[in-house]
Order: sequence, then C-alpha cells, then structure tokens
Amino acid sequence: MSFVNKSASELSAMLASKEISSVEITQAQLDNIDRLNPKINSYLTVTHEIALAQAKEVDELRAKGEKLSALAGVPIAVKDNLTTIGIETTAGSKILKGWIPPYNATVVQKILANRMPILGKTNMDEFAMGSSTENSAYGPSLNPWDLKRTPGGSGGGSSSAVASMQAAIAIGSDTGGSIRFPAAVTGTVGVKPTYGAVSRYGLIALGSSLDQIGPVARNVMDAAMLQDAISGPDAMDATSLPESLGSMTEAAKNDSVKGLKIGIIKELTGEGFQAGVSERFQEALDLLVASGAEIVEVSCPSFQYAIAAYYLIQPAEASSNLARFDSVRFGLRVMPEGAATVEKVMAATREEGFGPEVKRRIILGTYALSSGYYDAYYGSAQKVRTLIQADLAKAFEKANVLVSPTAPTTAFLLGEKQEDPLAMYLNDIATIPANLAGVPGMSLPVGLAKEDNLPVGAQFLAPAREDARLYKVGAVLEKLLENKWSKKMMDFAPELRVN
Amino acid sequence: MAKDQLMDYQKALETYEVVIGLEVHVELNTNTKMFCGCANVFGDEPNTNVCPNCLGFPGAMPAVNGKAIENSIKIGLALDCEIAATGRFARKNYFYPDLAKNFQTSQYDEPIAFEGKIDIEVPSGKVFTVEIERAHMEEDAGKLTHVGGSTGRIQGAEFSLVDFNRAGVPLVEIVTKPIYGAGDEAPELAAAYVRSIREIVKNLGVSDARMERGNVRCDANVSIRPKGQEKLGTRTETKNVNSLRSIERAVKYEIQRQAQLLSQGTAIIQETRHWHEDRGATSSGRPKSDADDYRYFPEPDLVPVQPSKEWIEQLRATLPEKPAIRRKRLQELWGFSDLEFRDVVNSDLLDEIDDTVKAGAKPQAARKWWTGEVARIANSEDKDITELAITPSQVAQIAELVESGKLTDRLAREVLTGVLAGEGDPAEIVAKRGLEVVSDDGALLEAIDKVLAEQPEVLEKIREGKVQAAGAVIGAVMKAMAGSADAARVRELVIQRATEK
Ligand SMILES: [Zn+2]
Repeated sequence: MSFVNKSASELSAMLASKEISSVEITQAQLDNIDRLNPKINSYLTVTHEIALAQAKEVDELRAKGEKLSALAGVPIAVKDNLTTIGIETTAGSKILKGWIPPYNATVVQKILANRMPILGKTNMDEFAMGSSTENSAYGPSLNPWDLKRTPGGSGGGSSSAVASMQAAIAIGSDTGGSIRFPAAVTGTVGVKPTYGAVSRYGLIALGSSLDQIGPVARNVMDAAMLQDAISGPDAMDATSLPESLGSMTEAAKNDSVKGLKIGIIKELTGEGFQAGVSERFQEALDLLVASGAEIVEVSCPSFQYAIAAYYLIQPAEASSNLARFDSVRFGLRVMPEGAATVEKVMAATREEGFGPEVKRRIILGTYALSSGYYDAYYGSAQKVRTLIQADLAKAFEKANVLVSPTAPTTAFLLGEKQEDPLAMYLNDIATIPANLAGVPGMSLPVGLAKEDNLPVGAQFLAPAREDARLYKVGAVLEKLLENKWSKKMMDFAPELRVN
Repeated sequence: MAKDQLMDYQKALETYEVVIGLEVHVELNTNTKMFCGCANVFGDEPNTNVCPNCLGFPGAMPAVNGKAIENSIKIGLALDCEIAATGRFARKNYFYPDLAKNFQTSQYDEPIAFEGKIDIEVPSGKVFTVEIERAHMEEDAGKLTHVGGSTGRIQGAEFSLVDFNRAGVPLVEIVTKPIYGAGDEAPELAAAYVRSIREIVKNLGVSDARMERGNVRCDANVSIRPKGQEKLGTRTETKNVNSLRSIERAVKYEIQRQAQLLSQGTAIIQETRHWHEDRGATSSGRPKSDADDYRYFPEPDLVPVQPSKEWIEQLRATLPEKPAIRRKRLQELWGFSDLEFRDVVNSDLLDEIDDTVKAGAKPQAARKWWTGEVARIANSEDKDITELAITPSQVAQIAELVESGKLTDRLAREVLTGVLAGEGDPAEIVAKRGLEVVSDDGALLEAIDKVLAEQPEVLEKIREGKVQAAGAVIGAVMKAMAGSADAARVRELVIQRATEK
C-alpha cells in the first residue's frame, strides 16, 4: 500500500528498474480511491477497467524492452472538463450528465501517448466556475487536511485527489486560479503554464482567452515532468505556441538561487492577508535570501482592477462558450410543458441543466457584451488587461520572478462563502492577474499557518514563455523548506479516517 | 395570405427615389470547411461530413483553412478592395438550431477586405459604379428542413431536421454601400451586380457559383424616399433571393409595395422579407431592428489573420481579367455586334457561350443555340438556363454535328431535347434515336428517282435550266425521307440526276 505515498518521479524510477509494475501501482491507487473517494468525492468517475488495461499494456511493452517515456506506467487523474473518448465527461454540470465524448482532448491524447493509466475524472465547480467545488452539480470535494473545508476550486477534485494519495499527479485547468488556489489550500504544487504552452483542444472552455491546462502534483519535479509530457504546439489549437519552452524537468533539477532577483508585489501583501499566511510567506522569502536571492519590491497598481476586469471578460466569453449547450446535438434535453418549440426546449434544458453560478455568469457576460454596454464593460476590461500586462512587463525589468501568497487565506469552510459570490471572487485576487496577462504561475506549499494548521501557498510568476524560471526557484525553495522541516509537506498531513 | 397592393412601377418611380444595398454570400469551393478538416461537398448524405468542431461539441476548437483565406483575399482584390493588414474573426452570438455553437464565427470590425468598387453595366448600356463596403469571411450554418405543415416553413411544421454538412462551409459576404440614383433601373442593376459577382468568383475559381445550389445567395435591401427628401426611408431586407431573375423581380416588387404603402400614409416596417418565386411576391419575415444584438466580440480561439504584403501582391498577380475587360475582349474575339453581345450578357449567357466556344463551337453557332433554342426551352419551362441539364460541351457537340452536316437544324433540336431529358451526350442520342442525316446517296437517289418519275414535267424544266423548279422535288424527297436528309445534298443530287437522264 505504500506505493500510493510515492511521488511520480519515484514511481517512474521504480518502474524503470522493474522494481514494481504499473498494474501493482494502479491497483493500489484504485484501492485507495475506492476507500477514500466515497467520502472525499475527488473523482466523479473512476475508470477501474480502463486504468488496469492501460497499466497491463505498458507493463507488457516494458517487458518487451520498448523505449518508454519517463511517466509511462504512472497513473494519473484528469479533470472532468477534458474530453475523453468512452469516458463520461460532465465538467461538473448536470447538463452534460452521461455525455460520452467521441474524441480526446489533445492533453488526453498525450497522456495516452505517454502510456499513463487514467484513473478517472476529477470533480470540479460546474464549468470551472468557482473556488471551492461547491458549484459542482455532483457535490463538493472535501479537503483532506480538514474534511469540513474546501480543497479549493475549481480544481478541488484534482487537488484533493493528489493531497489524499488518490493519485500522484493530476491534470487541472486554470482560468483565474483553478489550479493554483486548490494547490495552495491542499499543500500541493500547481502550475498554470504560459497561455498557449499546453493545447486547449478538448478542454471544455470557460474563458477561452484565459484558460490554460496545467499539472497538479505533490512536488516540483513531478509537476515539471507532467508539464513536459502535456505541452507543445498543436495544430488543433490556433492559440498554442509554435515553439517549445524547453525542458521543465531539467529546470527542476536546479539547486541555486544565487543572484536571482525576486520581486515582491506590493499590492499582494499585507492588509487583507491572514497573519499565518503572511508569516509563512515571509519565512520562505527569508530562506531564499539566505541562499543568495535578492528581494526587490515591485508595484503593479493595475492589479486593483484585475478582479473587476476578470469578472467581465470571463463571463462574457463563458456566455458565448456555453451557448452550445442547447440539447440539440448532445447532453441533457428537457421537454417543456405544453407545445414544444425548439426555443422552449432549449430554454427548459438550460433552466434545469445549469446551476445558479453558471446562470449568474451567463447573465453577467451577456450583459457585458450587449450593444451599448460593450465599450463600457468588455472594452474597458480589455484595456485593464493591457495595463496589467504593462505593469508586469515593467516589474519583470526589475525582477526575474515575482512572488506573493497564492491566496489571502488558508482553506475556508464549506458553505462559508457560498451565499456571498463577491467574497468568493475576492479569493482569486493574487491568481487572476497571471491569466489576464497570459504569464505562467506556480503555487508552492510553504508550510502551515499557525492559527489553523492548514497549508499556505506561495505563488511565483514569470514572464510569458519563461515557465522554466518557476521550476528553478520552486525546486530550490522546496528543498530549503524540506531541509528546515526535516520532512516533506505531506508528512504534516493528518491521517485520514473516513469510516 | 393577404395580397400586397402594388403601385404601378412607373408611377412609383415618378414620386420616389430608390436606394438599394446588396449583401451577397459566396460559398467557397475549398476542399475542406472553414475551421475543420471535414469535406466541403454538396449533396452528400446528411450529417456525414461532420466532426466535433462543426457540430459545436464541448471542447472543440477552430483551425483556420488557409485556402479559404487566400480565396477571400482574391475576391477582395478582384473587387478593388483594400486588404486588411490584420483581419480578426469575431463571434456573432445568436441561438438557432442550425447554428451548432449558437454563435457564428464571422468577422465584425476588422474584415479581411474593405472599400472596393465595381463597374456594372445594365441592359440599357448605362454603367454604374457600385461601391463595396466590405467583404468578410464567415462560416455557413447547417441546413434546416421543416417537416409537416403546408408551407415547408418553420411555422406550422411538425418537426425540423438539421443537416450539419453545410455547417462550417466557408463563406465570403460581400456588402455594398447604399446604391443611389439607379432610378427605374435599380432592379436590373441589382441583378447585373449579382451576375458580375458570380462571374468574378467563377472566373477566380474560388466558388462553383451555382445559384440554384445556394453557392451565391443575395439579400436585397430596398428603401424608397420621396424625391428631394434627404432622410433615407425605412428599408426591408429580402432574404436569399436565389436567381438573377428573382432578384430583379423582388427589388421591383418591393419598390412597388413600399410605394403603395407610403402613398396611402402607411409606414414601412423594418423587417426581413421572404421572396416567393411561385407567386412573385415577398412576405413578411421577422421584424428586424437596429437593436438586433449579436454581442459581437473578438474570437478568442483564433489569432488574427495577418496577410503579408508580398503574399497579397502574389495573389493580385494571379487575378483573371476584370469582367468589363473580359467582355470587351470576348466581343472582339467573337465578332458579335453590340446588339448581339448585349443580348448575350443580359441573357446571362456569357460564360456558357465562352465555354461552348472553348469546347470547339463557332461563336455565332454557340450564340444561336444558347440564345435561341436553349433559352426558349428554359423560358417555356420557367427555369433559369443554368438549371437546365445541358453543358456547354454538349451544346458544342450539337453545333459541330450540324456544322459537319450530320444533323439538320430540326434533328439537332430533337437531340437537344434528348440531352435535356438526360438521355446522354448528343452522339449517343443520335445513335439511339437514329437521327443521323441520311448520307447514303443510294437511299436518296432511290427516293429522287421515284419523285422524278412521278413528276416528268419538273424533270423537263430542270433539264431546260430552270433550276428553281428543283424545289418541288426536294420538298417531296425530304418528306419521303421524314426529314432525315440534308436538303443541300438532296438538291445537288436532284440536279445531277436530272441532267444525267
Ligand atoms: Zn467538421
């Protein structure tokens, strides 16, 4: 059973040396899922047969001496907004209940090409709209550190799965922080790569100009290996970058931050941040400075408009992206009372199929794009986006990477913010600018807040295409912290009793 | 449906000034669709050329067809347009069951081509310069078939079927600026304009340009205002008028209908209207206001199109000649009189005759067949000539058979009927129906001898040198041969026989 505590890189080495088989790992992983998932609800679908068949296949190939990729045989969890042939894909929505896609997302295709068994599809806020998974039509996931709390959102299924040893690694998607916030509150590592680094083809779109797929893991090296496995140009995604960004795995082997200039974002520290969060964050910075990094303060005044701009652009794009859910070609179909016309069927289906947060954002986005309001809302929001990009560009003239806490607080209680959408939105203050600017960001665990013993995350940002910088600084800080603690982050986690 | 009252056309033109605007959709004939790899084919089994993308499945993303962009630029250049340094796709959001994503990927404020113009000659010989506002790229929607109900329209239908084969087919929409001052020739100008667009895209090779298949579709905006009034009148948009003749008729109808309404003090409603070919009338569609809100915004799944100057110049260098220049060249080449040539253009037969000549026919013969017998048949069947099942090469073959004396004009007309009935190529029909001219002199001589024997007085006259007298013999021989003889040959033989004896 101890396999499930291993990291992906450890499993990779053990598989390569034939110390264990992929079937053994996968079976152990599935057993742990069967034990924990009924309580934690990380997975919406668990694909026992598929995973074991894939594991068997990769074991046979290895036995034949076939050359395999680094992660071959390491099982993985996939967020439920990526299309998977033959596996139900709902994006956390009732409107897609039972939908079996006829095609694979490019990232899924890459996972299969890397011969990583797929354990299942992870829970999420409906269409990735939310910060807690409470907007999932299939109930929230729970935080393994405290089952009364959220594992973050929208990718709380992936973060809770990785944090509770139901998978070593998982795929997430990040539109305003959906990888990084869940990582921060579950003590895991989450990376949103540069916009375009990973193909979005097959990702059920939320905000197309903001969405980016990325890795969720328990350490920096695992995240790096997974990013390498899923990234690269894709003819199916016109916005995917034409060039490779180099090896993140190599970057994660870095052991020095000497001379690295780290910019602290003035607007994302101090007031409004939980004391325990600020304390751990400062401690991490002190460790980096002690190892030769230099701290500079940078200012990004436009960040104060980031949430407002984000909550215009993202709902606007979502209102259009979600228009296709009309019952005509796939998904739920609800017949209205009385004589059915196509309009009435569409309306009845969307009324019943979408949850309240989705409806709220469709209305918001439809309004923001309306003629007469477009310039004031969507147009202005795009201008803010340009300002944020300019502020970041200026900051990166002074610093190689920027840093802030990933979130203002540790994991909040389930239900705590559900009646107050604005409070929920404010949670993403530190993560949203990266999506608006298209730059990469990483959330790295930096310990537990002393007031609640819950994980705290630090977020690093790098210029677009410089994802490697995140892995370089992340790898060093991770080592510094582990040396200081004399254990790994996950070793702080309470033992899960789910019966 | 209540019948519209129409004002007499000339009377309407005395009181009102006509302003028209034309939107022409051209379906490109690229191998694949605009944003996916599905085949762009007309007439396949419904929903066979579809994929996650053109079905609007969750997660699917568009990938631009480079050939469609190239063809759009060519159309822009042929219309003397500026080509945008940056053309952006935009989403036009509206719900409709034939629109898979419930938004159409189109272009909004950054079209690929803009500010063009084209000279259009109307039947009177007058030339109008029509200004082009823009030509932009977009995708076609699927095709709805309404089942049940009497009209085939969505109202009253029991259910509707959607064929997504057409969804995502590349379209270029060409929009004119308002066209003023065409007066009573506005309907002809509208038709002549669409004819020119069709000719251009056909000669560019970027579209099959078959109106009956919807390759070229026209929406005609018509408004009228009292002469001297500056403010434009309320316009109506008559949708999908799918033949040149219909365009002319629909514009004329709208002028007369609107004039009647205004003259009796009734306001024009801004709306889309449908043209009904069968009863030659438009009917009210859905009201349309300027507040129709498509919530356009830049398509975030696509990057802007940025054609390089070099590429644009390369494409410009490949353009075929302009319609006006082509016409001048062809008239000289064919040696048609002005009247003959105008007749050809106005009958919309320029391409057919050009293709027929290219297939080997003499220009006058090609003209004679197309403007004569073929046009007559189309007219009697109330069809567009292009709807008839005959190709230029078949016409050329018929002309050739006549030219070489193998067919008489009368027999050739019979062959033509056979071709139109789908019996095959002219040569096959000649063989099948046994229509070939009797060129066996033996059979002819036998008939001639019989007639001459019956009419010794005629024989005598011919021998005396009164050759005109042979006419009576020729007539009788042709009758005896049931018309399948070449009259000229019969004449030769009669004279020969008479002088021999
Ligand atoms: Zn397709």
